Formats: sequence, C-alpha cells, structure tokens
Amino acid sequence: MMGAQMTALATAIPATPPLVEMRDVSIAFGGIKAVDGVSIDLYPGEVVGLLGHNGAGKSTLIKILSGAYAADHGEIRVNGEPVHITSPRDAKRCGIETIYQTLALADNVDAAANIFLGREKLTAWGTLDDHAMEAEARKVMGRLNPHFRRFKEPVKALSGGQRQSVAIARAIHFDARVLIMDEPTAALGPAETQQVGELVKQLKQEGIGIFLISHDIHDVFDLADRIHVMKNGKLVGTARVSDMTKDEVLGMIILGKCPPGAVPGPGAAA
Amino acid sequence: MAEPSTTLSPAPSSEAPVGRRAGIGDALRALELDTRMVGMIGALAIVWISFDILTGGAFLTPRNLWNLSVQTASVAVMATGMVLVIVTRNIDLSVGSILGFTGMVVGVLQARILPEIWGFENPLTWVVAVLAAVAVGGAVGAVQGAIIAYLGVSSFIVTLGGLLVWRGAAWWVTTGQTVAPMDGAFKRLGGGFEGAIGAGPSWMVGIAAVLLSVAAILVTRRRRAGFGFPVRPLWAEGVVILLVAAAIVGAVLVVNAYPLPVPVVRRMMEAQGLSTDGGLPFVAHGFAIPVLIAVAVGVGMTFLSRRTRFGRYVFAIGGNPEAAELSGINTKRVMVMVFGLMGALCGLSACIATARLNAATNANGTLDELYVIAAAIIGGTSMAGGVGTILGAMLGAMVMQSLQSGMVLLGVDAPMQNIVVGLVLVAAVYVDTLYRKGLK
Repeated sequence: MMGAQMTALATAIPATPPLVEMRDVSIAFGGIKAVDGVSIDLYPGEVVGLLGHNGAGKSTLIKILSGAYAADHGEIRVNGEPVHITSPRDAKRCGIETIYQTLALADNVDAAANIFLGREKLTAWGTLDDHAMEAEARKVMGRLNPHFRRFKEPVKALSGGQRQSVAIARAIHFDARVLIMDEPTAALGPAETQQVGELVKQLKQEGIGIFLISHDIHDVFDLADRIHVMKNGKLVGTARVSDMTKDEVLGMIILGKCPPGAVPGPGAAA
Repeated sequence: MAEPSTTLSPAPSSEAPVGRRAGIGDALRALELDTRMVGMIGALAIVWISFDILTGGAFLTPRNLWNLSVQTASVAVMATGMVLVIVTRNIDLSVGSILGFTGMVVGVLQARILPEIWGFENPLTWVVAVLAAVAVGGAVGAVQGAIIAYLGVSSFIVTLGGLLVWRGAAWWVTTGQTVAPMDGAFKRLGGGFEGAIGAGPSWMVGIAAVLLSVAAILVTRRRRAGFGFPVRPLWAEGVVILLVAAAIVGAVLVVNAYPLPVPVVRRMMEAQGLSTDGGLPFVAHGFAIPVLIAVAVGVGMTFLSRRTRFGRYVFAIGGNPEAAELSGINTKRVMVMVFGLMGALCGLSACIATARLNAATNANGTLDELYVIAAAIIGGTSMAGGVGTILGAMLGAMVMQSLQSGMVLLGVDAPMQNIVVGLVLVAAVYVDTLYRKGLK
C-alpha cells in the first residue's frame, strides 16, 4: 500500500534524481536516538518544509546534512551520487549551504569578512584580498538588501534584518544548489519576514532546492511545496502542502497521526 | 598602520550621512583615524609630559627615551603574541617561564655547547642561538596549545601549569647556575652602546620606513579607488602621511641626539688610530637593535593579523567560535598555531632579555606574564575576545614601562610602583569599558 502511494508521489514530480536524498539516517547522543531512521528528499527548485516540535530532531537532522554532526548510520546522496559529509567544509563542497538559526556570524568582523569566512579571496601574494571581497560583498548585498551601506562596521552593529541579509549572502554567494534555512524568520519583523519570503521564491526560480525548518506552520504553508514532519526523532510522514489542511499538518506534528493525503513514515502513529 | 581604518577596528565610517555642516568632527572623520588608538597615544603623551614636569625635565630626554625604548622591547615583543591569545578568548600565564627556560637554553648553547664545536665568538653563534630560542619556545607553546585545543583543558590551567613547569625546567638546565658571559654578537641584541646602530644607519632605517609607509598608503588608496570604493579626500591622505613621517623622523632625531659615553668614543677613536687631541666628536647611539627587533615584530604581527587568513581566523574564532567552526575553519589547528607563535615570541624575547643582562639566569622573566597581559589589556585587547590590535598592545607596553621608569626617576619606592601600576591597569580597563559602551 505504501509502495503504491510512493509511486503516486513520484509521478507527480520530475523523474530526475533528487537534488538531495537522506536515506535511513540515524544519530544518537548518549544512548538517546535524536534522529532514528529518517529518509527525506529534495528536488531542484523545490521548497521542502521540515516540521516538528522542539526536540523532534529536525535541527539535528539538518546539522547532519550541513556537516556539523556526522551521522551514525545512513546515506546521503547529492544528485543521485553518494557523498560523505563529515565537516561543514564537505557540505559546502557539495553545494549545500546553511543559514543557521543563530546566524553563526563572527560579530566582531565586517560583512565581507563574514560572507567569505573560511573561503577568503587571496591576492597573488597569498594575502587577504579585502578589496575584492568587499567588492563582491557589495554586489551580493546589493541584490539582497539594496540600502545596505555599512560595509566597514562589525556585524554586531547591524540590525537584525541586516545581519540576516549577511548570513543569507554568505549562503547564496557560492553557487549553492541546496539551501538549508533554520528558522529564518524567527528573529525578524513582519517586513523583513516578507523580504525573506520574496527571496525564497526568487531562489526557487533559480533552481535552488531549499529546506525550510520552521515552527511557524503559516510560513511553511506560504512557501513550501512539500513537508516532512518529524516527531521523537522519527519521520511521521511526507505530504504535498496543496493536499493538506493546516489542521491535518498540526495533527501530524502534535499527535504523529498521518492523514490519508500523506505518505506515512516509520514514526507515524498507528 | 598602512590602513588606519580596517575591518577589525571600530573606525568611524567614511560613509557617514552627508549634508551636515563641515566642522572639526567631519575633518577628523575624513582622516579615518582609529579614535581608540589616538586616545592611547594621548594617554601616553600625558604620562610623559607629567613625568617630565614632575622630574624637572629629566624624563623627556633622548637618554631616558632611548633607555625606555630598550626596556620596553622584551615585553612589547611578547605582548604582540598575547593579543592573539586573548583575542581567541584564551590566556597564557606561562610566557615569563617560557622566557626563563628558553633563555637558559640559549645561554648554555652559546656559552658551553657551541664553543666546544667551533670556539668562542664564532660569527654564526648568535644566529644559531636565536633560531634555537625561537624553535624551543615555539615547540613549548605548540605543545601547550595542542593540550588546550585537542584535549580540551582550559588555557588558564594549562598555562598555569606551564608557569610552574617551565620555571622549574629553567632551573634544571644548569641546576640553578647562572650562565655568563654571552657571545659578543649575541649581546648586541640586548642594546647597550654596542647594540645601537649609529646615526647614519638610523637615518637609513627611518627613510626606508617613511617610504614604505607612504607606498603602502598610496597603494591601498589606488586599489580602493580602482574598485570604486570611497577613499579619503586627498588633503586627509596628505595629513596622515605627514603624521606618519613626522613620527618616524622624530624617533630618528631622538635616538640620534643621545651621544655615546665619552670613554667609549675615546676608545673607538684610539682603536681606529685617530688622534683625540682636538676634542671628542659627538657620536650618536642611533636605534637600539632590540627596539628594531620589536618594531619589526610589531609590523610582522600586524601584517599577520590583518592581511592573512590565519589572522582573520584568529579574530573570527574570538568573535564566535561556533561560527568559525561552522564556516569550516580548523579552529583547533589555529589554536595550536596561536600558542606556538606566542612561545616563539617568548623565545625571541628571551634572546633580548638574556643579551641585555649578558647572562642567563633561571629567574629571568619572572612576573613577565603579568606585564605582558597588562600591556595587551591596556592596549585595548578585550578579555571577552575578538578585539585587539598589535600596535595598541605595544603602546600598552610603553605606557607600563613609562610609569615604572618615571617613578624610578622620581624616587618612588618599589612597593608603591606596583600599587600605581596595578591601579592604572584597572582604571585603563574601566575607561575602555566606558568607551565600548559609548560605541553601542
């Protein structure tokens, strides 16, 4: 029965291999299985929401994909090819970029230094090419936040929205194919939230796949094409947003109940 | 120095809102000077002028300033490394002991081991001694750094242990015996009249420094203009160049106004077979070698911290260790390098201190860790991490030494000197805290 539903879902989406596929991934911390046999996928130009309570394991799952944690078990494929991701550097090499909930900015250095952190541009002498980095930072920031002028100040002096722009700029500047956004709007006001929404749509059109992790079910309904719901480290189910009502999704998050329109996962309540 | 407004210093933005009335504030902003650095230089100037008045003009003499610069060199060299250590949210309490240990090693090497191989006063002795000191110090620091980074023991504990271990090791090298005298060429590293380069070479060093600074400023300006970034107005660029040139030329004039002692000049004349009947000429000291070493270290460390990946990572780790890790930076390796560099600089300082004393003793460098940390802190390095400049730390070392030197001239007794230095340290950090709050 499950197989039939899988086929139905597969015909609804292009027959290319998924941009990213995580298969049967598990990780345990001190005997507690934070992520337990979870399989998720993401196609080019698609926004997939990862939903679940605090402690459901969604952030942990995504940290495995971004290289912050190494999985105990499971496989990650990018464009159908198995890859080994054991560090943030590996993930970036696979075109997987992450915007962390905390933004993960070095507060004491400026926007350009943050955007290029770990991937600095060097001169022919092997020294930092701050001018070239500033020039590119101005370009990419001009696209995200045209009014931004504070290129010489440490990012701690910037507003929440500006800091968010810097974190996003860092993620998209290096030809990301997969973007992971962990609670991208949690710290933002309504106008800035809308701005992030616009950006997500724009990136989607460029063919970038986006994992959107959020508490906010309204955000997810606005932006996502599909959702994966997690509970207690397991996948409750996968569904197309257009097939779901908000109540059904809330039922998946809170009760772990998989409605008829969704493909149940191992974590679905009986 | 080449670029006063860098990413790492909270310099006023050149892109401040336009349309305000032009005034002194705007003029200062156009200069893009680091206000905090200007404040430090101002504080140093106040200390100097006060002491000069209190001592009836005995402080601001070429002789005293020259001695002050030599006395500052050893601590200043180590303070440049301490800046990077503290910027990464760590501390190194072992620098004085590493200095003592490496000092004993170079002492034994040049006074006992090398003479057995190639005799006394071999021209290579001092080179081998310095390289050995830097290598031993670097190795000691790297080991401590590896324990901190890979075994996860806090730097406070590891280097507190190091403070005891290396001081004990310094004693073990000769079971407490003092080693003296040092190699003649090596001794020049410590200053004294034989360790000064003379008037002519001092001018050459000064002119070279002016030319390099001007070139650096102009190259930076051209690159910024080439990218279409805002640059300082031409007049401001000229003022900055003039200030830099004036500081360098001023330093040359001071060291060239300090004459060698009369007996030394007479001996030099006689050695060259010249008659001393017509009176003795004025022969200047010029820059002291340890001071040139310290300045070179300062320039090198500034370059390292601002123009290389390593320096960028050091500051990023200090600003947000987790972010640095997530950016793919190998933070553990950077930490080992920071402590290794600190150790290597201790080795270099050990050469200066040992040469100046013309003896290696196992007590050399005792309490230096406190002066080095104080210099970095007074120089604006934040204990919270992420903020600090090499130049600031060197000025901090100068402030500390000026206080001590001035109090000696005034005849203040030693316990009182410690009280004053301690109070100044706390007051300096308090003022800095206020300054930072004002920025927010």
